[in-house]
This record gives sequence, C-alpha cells and structure tokens, in this order.
Amino acid sequence: MEFSCLVCYDSLVIVFQGVSKHYSDRGVALEDVSIQIDPGEFVSLAGRSGAGKSTVIKLLIGEERPSKGRIFFGQYEVNKLQDGELPAFRRHIGVVFQDFRLLPAKTAYENVAFALEVAGRPQREIMELVPQVLDMVGLGDKMKNFPSELSGGERQRVAIARAMIHRPEVVIADEPTGNLDPFHTFEIIKLLEKINQLGTTVVLATHDREVINNLERRVITLDKGRVIRDEKKGKYILV
Amino acid sequence: MFTIISRIFHFGAKNFWRNGWLSTATIAIMTLALIVFLGLIISGVVMGSAVNLIKDEIDISVYFNTNTSEDQILSIQQSLEGLSQVASVDYVSQAQALATFQQNHASDQQISQAINALDSNPLEASLNIKAKNPSEYGAINDYLSSANLAPYIDKISYTENQVVINRLATIVRDMEVGGWALTIFLALIAGLVVFNTIRLAIYSNRDEIGVMRVVGASNSLVRGPYIVEGVFWGAIAAVISLVLVAPVLWLVSPYLGGDFIPGLNIFQYFYTHIVQLFLYQLLFGVLIGMFSSFWAVQRYLKN
Repeated sequence: MEFSCLVCYDSLVIVFQGVSKHYSDRGVALEDVSIQIDPGEFVSLAGRSGAGKSTVIKLLIGEERPSKGRIFFGQYEVNKLQDGELPAFRRHIGVVFQDFRLLPAKTAYENVAFALEVAGRPQREIMELVPQVLDMVGLGDKMKNFPSELSGGERQRVAIARAMIHRPEVVIADEPTGNLDPFHTFEIIKLLEKINQLGTTVVLATHDREVINNLERRVITLDKGRVIRDEKKGKYILV
Repeated sequence: MFTIISRIFHFGAKNFWRNGWLSTATIAIMTLALIVFLGLIISGVVMGSAVNLIKDEIDISVYFNTNTSEDQILSIQQSLEGLSQVASVDYVSQAQALATFQQNHASDQQISQAINALDSNPLEASLNIKAKNPSEYGAINDYLSSANLAPYIDKISYTENQVVINRLATIVRDMEVGGWALTIFLALIAGLVVFNTIRLAIYSNRDEIGVMRVVGASNSLVRGPYIVEGVFWGAIAAVISLVLVAPVLWLVSPYLGGDFIPGLNIFQYFYTHIVQLFLYQLLFGVLIGMFSSFWAVQRYLKN
C-alpha cells in the first residue's frame, strides 16, 4: 500500500508503513502491517488475544519500537523519536487501558488534573476544566474519591476523562471494556463515541464482538500479527 | 519552569504524606543507617582522643653535657623548634632537673642525704621534644645526632626507647588508617542499605511511573517528586537519629571518659558540636536520599 507522505506530515494522519515487530522470546507480534487512519475517524482494531492489537498501540505511543517499518503521527515519525521527545509527543494522545492505570495515591480529580499539570498548564485553567470533564463523564460528585473507592466502570470513566482533558488529537483505548460488565461497557463505548463526535480520532482495540458490531464503524482485523481485513463499516469476523 | 518546579515539590510532599507506611519504613531504615554514620563520627572522636593520649605519652629527651652552657642549649632548642617535624620543645635546666629529682625522692632519706652531700649538681639539663607525628622521631633523632651537635650532647633517649616509640608510632598509624578504612567501609554499607531500601520503595511505584510516562510527563516531572521524597526521608531520619543517639551518649559518656580515656567527655562533645553533627547527618541523609531516588527512578524512564 502506498501513502502520500506530504499528507501524513501536514495533517494528523496515523500511518503504519510496512511495520513488523519481532520479539526474541515471543516470536512475531506484527508482520508487515500497513494502515492509515485519517483525522476524525473511529477505528476498531479487532482480533483474538495475541493477534497484535496491543502491539499496534504500544508502537503508536512509542512504548516500543518496530523491528522494521515506519510509523507516522502527523509531523512525528514515532519510530525515530528519542526518549526525551516522547513526553511532548504523548501529550497529543490520550490513552485508556483495560486496567485503567490510574495513580492510586491521587484522587479522581488529581488523576485527571495530572494530564494537564505535566503539560505545564496553569492552575486556574486546571481548576476550571477538570470538574467540567469529570461532570461530563458523570463523576462530578466523586472528584475527591481515590481509585480504590471507585467501581470498575467509574475508574474507567476517570481514565477516559484523563485521556481527553488535554483535548488530544487522538484517543487510543486498549481493551477499555475488558474488565467491565455489559452495562458499564455500553457507557464507556458511548463516551468514546461522544469524544469522536467532538472531532477526536478514536482508535479502539477490542476483542468484544458486541461492541464492534454495534458501532458500525471502520474495523481493522488482525490475525497472527497481520491485517486480514480492513472495512469501512465492518463487523467482527475473524475468518 | 517555576510552575513545573512548584508542582514537583507539591507532588513530592503529597506522595510523602500519602505513602505513609512506605515513608515510615524508609525513614526507619535511613535512621538506622544515619545512627551508624553518627556512630562512626563519634567513634572517630573517641579514637582520636585515644590516639592523642598515646601520642602524648611519646617524646624524646636529649641530655646535655654538664659543661654545655644554657645559651648553647637554648640555641639548639630554637633550631629544633624550627624543624617542621617538631610540635614542641621544653627546656629543663639542671636546677629544675635537680628540684624535680628531689621532689620525687623526698621520702627517701638516703638519696636526699647523698644529694645534699654533693658539691655540684650532677644532673644534666635536657630538652623534651614532642613530634607532630610519632613516626617523625627518627628524623629528629638524626638531626640531634649530627656531628656539629655531638660535642654538647651526652645522650638521646630515642636510642634507648627506639623500639617502644616505633611500636607506638605503628599502633597510632594503624589506628588512624584502620579507623578511616572502617569508617569508609561502614559508611558504604550504610549507604548501600539505604540505596536498596529506596530502590525497593520506588520499585513498588514502577507502575505509577509508567502511567506518568504514558500521560506525557517529562523525565524531570516523573523523577522530581521522588527526589523530593528522598530529601524528606533523609532530613527526617537525620533529626530522629540525633534525638535517639543523644540519650545513649549521655549514659555512656561517664564510663568512656573515666578509666578508659581520662578527660574525654563525649556527651559534651556531642552537645557543643550538635549543629555541625546535624549538618553532617542532614548532608549524608539528604544526599543519599536524593541520589538513591534519582538512580532508582532512572531505570524506569526508558521509553
């Protein structure tokens, strides 16, 4: 697949060009993956456990480096970023994980505020924005609670609030509903759709058939590290 | 920049308070390490006093022929005082030597009568010489044995006590070198214990460091609060260690300064040097807390 890289550099397109990732102990995680995600898209990465979904996300946020190929995020060539450049790059992205990854010693408010504090945003702006976003995810009354005092669904909503508080260009969600019951799963997916409607690109990695089928959005299906299907309005089909 | 620095302090202080048990455990270990460090300083003082006591016992005396004039002796004293190895030179005249001798033997009738029967003073004038370092008595003896001084001098006590002086000099040197080696060794062990404690404390926070990185925190913002926590741990441990050691020294001081090393008052030393000791403790505690935190976090800042 060929890409027009002038477009890649100028707009916030995500591009994987022939990306492979090999681990010495676990073998091949990704093999020659080439995908393009345009600004404002809602893309689901589907596949069984071990298909390579999380590897795509780790490579995209610069947590790991590809063995081969190039990864672009707007003007950034992610695979070439130095350790010192990663923090600034990551402030363009909001990430939501299956295990929430909240800071246990910080309250819901502080967890969300942290994403703005690391970016050096003024305190007044933080005090204004954080309650608004927590209200938006329905946790306006639980701002002072620590993660250990919140339910799974509430923790994930805090994680989403943290991911979107700094208005990132892209929100990446890695199995965000993996630890949640169907009710909370529905809530979280609704929130992600709302974020997408506000113009943010959403990349959702999941192996939840119901979630993907209900979304009726673009689905990239991975199997054994390869892209086996890429459909505009896809379904969860593994064969 | 100011915002980031103030946030680093704010996060550090908050983490310190909220990770109460972790902070308590780390401070406890650091306190033990600082007590060892303070113990090393105090032992250094005790050993220094013991060494000085031994040093004070060592000197050499040079006895002059009875026909050597006082002026000649005083001129030799002056030349000795000009030597870099010499700490002090005391002149004992013939008359003083006789007076001391008589005083020492006042109870011995036979000796007193024999002395009184003499027409002239048979005792020789002498110079008692103390070296700055016990190992330098050899050099002083060489100077006194030179040919131009030979006509004035009857004998030098160094030649008689050479073996004892050298042995004492070796003991003093070994105590000083051994003391330093032991201090460095134990301080290193104390430092390693603290380093590993802090490493474990930060290891338990490794997931949080990962979260901070994912959210886009710069290395300094991730590392900073842990360094601030390290400073708090060190400073509090410094205060606690001093508070714990003070009553122990108060109890031990009379025994240590009695028969063992006469004149030594270790509690007095502690009391008069408390600010200096606190600064040492603070410096050791804070530096080791800072560096341990810095290095412990460093390994989690890759990617």
